[in-house]
Amino acid sequence: MSDTTTRRAAEASNRPQGNHPSGDNRFELVDKHLKRGRYAQDQLIETLHVAQDVFGYLSEDVLIYVARALRLPPSMVYGVATFYELFTFEPPGEHSCTICTGTACFVKGADAIVQGVSNKYNVPAGQTAEDGSLTLKTARCLGSCGLAPVVVFDGEVMSHQSLESALAVVASAVGGGS
Amino acid sequence: MAAPIDLHEVAEREHEARFRTRWRVKACSSTACLSAGAGATIAAMQEACEGDDLSLEAQVVPTGCMGLCSAGPLVRILRRGGDTHMYQKVTPEAGVEIIRSHVENEQDVPEYKLNQDIPFFTSQQRVVLANGGVIDPDRIESYVAHGGYLALEKALTTMKPKQVVEELRLSGLRGRGGAGYPTANKWALLAAADSETKYVVANGDEGDPGAYMDRTIMEDDPHRVLEGIAIAAYATGADNAYIYVRAEYPRAIERLDRAIRVARRNRLLGRDILDTKFSLNVEVRIGAGAFVCGEETALMASVEGRRGTPRLRPPYPTEAGLWGYPTMINNVETLANIAPIINNGGEWFASIGTEKSTGTKVFALAGDISNTGLIEVPMGTSLRSIVEAIGGGVPDGRTFKAAQTGGPSGGCIPAKFLDTPVDYESLRELGSIMGSGGLIVMDDEVSMPDVAKFFMQFSMDESCGKCTPCRAGTVQMHNLLQRITDGRGTRQDLRDLEHLCTVVRDASLCGLGQAAPNPVLSTLTYFREEYEELIGVEVAHG
Repeated sequence: MSDTTTRRAAEASNRPQGNHPSGDNRFELVDKHLKRGRYAQDQLIETLHVAQDVFGYLSEDVLIYVARALRLPPSMVYGVATFYELFTFEPPGEHSCTICTGTACFVKGADAIVQGVSNKYNVPAGQTAEDGSLTLKTARCLGSCGLAPVVVFDGEVMSHQSLESALAVVASAVGGGS
Repeated sequence: MAAPIDLHEVAEREHEARFRTRWRVKACSSTACLSAGAGATIAAMQEACEGDDLSLEAQVVPTGCMGLCSAGPLVRILRRGGDTHMYQKVTPEAGVEIIRSHVENEQDVPEYKLNQDIPFFTSQQRVVLANGGVIDPDRIESYVAHGGYLALEKALTTMKPKQVVEELRLSGLRGRGGAGYPTANKWALLAAADSETKYVVANGDEGDPGAYMDRTIMEDDPHRVLEGIAIAAYATGADNAYIYVRAEYPRAIERLDRAIRVARRNRLLGRDILDTKFSLNVEVRIGAGAFVCGEETALMASVEGRRGTPRLRPPYPTEAGLWGYPTMINNVETLANIAPIINNGGEWFASIGTEKSTGTKVFALAGDISNTGLIEVPMGTSLRSIVEAIGGGVPDGRTFKAAQTGGPSGGCIPAKFLDTPVDYESLRELGSIMGSGGLIVMDDEVSMPDVAKFFMQFSMDESCGKCTPCRAGTVQMHNLLQRITDGRGTRQDLRDLEHLCTVVRDASLCGLGQAAPNPVLSTLTYFREEYEELIGVEVAHG
């Protein structure tokens, strides 16, 4: 789902002019999903997923747009969006580093990797570095416990990581860190 | 409307295609093997087989999980009417070499060979995972060729809904999500509910860290899940179904979505299934990262597009569920057991496992153990044979300390109970639970209070905030554990911790809170000296 939507988003934003009344063509993709779901209110979570795929994060404007389209009070949309861990309200960094902190990864020392990357790049887990270069995330469990500890950098799953190997990968994309 | 699929004809065509080449190469394309580089291996082997000299000799079939994830990428090569050879850690070059060696010289390649006679393979009994590593999950024909949808056909054309429930009762199947409630009872409750509209929901919100059985089932055998749902709906009179899947499992979502489309086109879902009067609409619903949504009332709130907070039961979902209509929620692994039960009969199923815990259970084996991966064993298999024989024991010369089952709702089982049979009752007696099937082995380097703190942080973060004992209690327990593991704890802290365990267990609204103290309680029971050492109590050794 994610791949196709991202591709579509890229296509849409490449178009010279926005046909959408808002002037931002990306809303068309959200509209398309809303239409397919017949504007059913129980489609809220799916719609938020699509909106986040398209925009990268859920801004206030986007949340209000979804609320109006589904005829839900903005308070409810905000309540649902903030309840679930996977929705984010800040633009993501250029690169993303997700460290699995599930039980198997915990037993195999994932905590040290989180601490190490966090210290070196001065970014707390769950946040984006001030210069916007890196978003550091932790995941509950990626379900790849046989590969513990697991680190996902820019979508690529890397198995049996150590702090050194994880730092090396981050450094190769982001640079030295502070 | 198109004619429904002719299962027997499709199976026959598929069998013919299978014998088109002398050799068939099955390559595991599940998440673990892909992370180990299976994508490149499969591409290289496919390219080699498309070349002129090999094109008529061998074909490459991507399959689901073969189980031994730590040895991936895994490849199996089968000779028409002959032997099977299994290979591990297959690089792209090795893959091509293996195919050439077999096709051109009838020679195996010892360097990458994986012995299939080891206990990891021989001690397993695959019912739920029977198709893993065998079929191509993206092709319905492949599922049908291995007996797929025959159970649905049998149920719809030769059995009354009541007979289906009866067969299930004979099987003794119990919920695989963790609690172990008899599945037939749930089905009978929904069947008896008086309503025009009823729902069946498959719970694929596998949130326990360390568990990935359900993901593997949904990714590797999506049609098996759909078939189970369809039979459940037929038996209970439901005409709508949802599969609730974690958003963290994009491949499972994609494969289920595709499987639903294909099944509908073949008249295995949708209106007038297989030209009978039974109709069923199935939809996938996606979670968004909330552990509590595995709880059935929270899950229903999430399916309705709301915050996933649980509510008090009763009323139970079979009385008032989705949008107030009677609803039944079954775990994905439970539903994957349905087709084999209908095909082979409830008595056959009941003959596997123990008297009270029938059938098999899939476990995700991970942590400090040699063979990590996905295994399926008859219920009642001893923990020792899982850890030592199948798992190959604890590596690096270290010793076994504890096995953790049931995730944040379960407990740690120490070495002295290794001979316990793994079934619902025995695990509960030890203060743990079966859970969904994560089994994490810990060696003597792991500190148990640290483990308890780890799980308490999990429960604290995932507490939905609706009821106070869980919301505030988990925070306080985590604070106490933090103090204790920092070496700043006192005897009073330990007493407070034990008191809070009972409060949170007894007063929380849903299973998340009620079970949150389990990791603390079980480590306190079996490894109390570690806590006492941390708070400076003199411990008599020996």
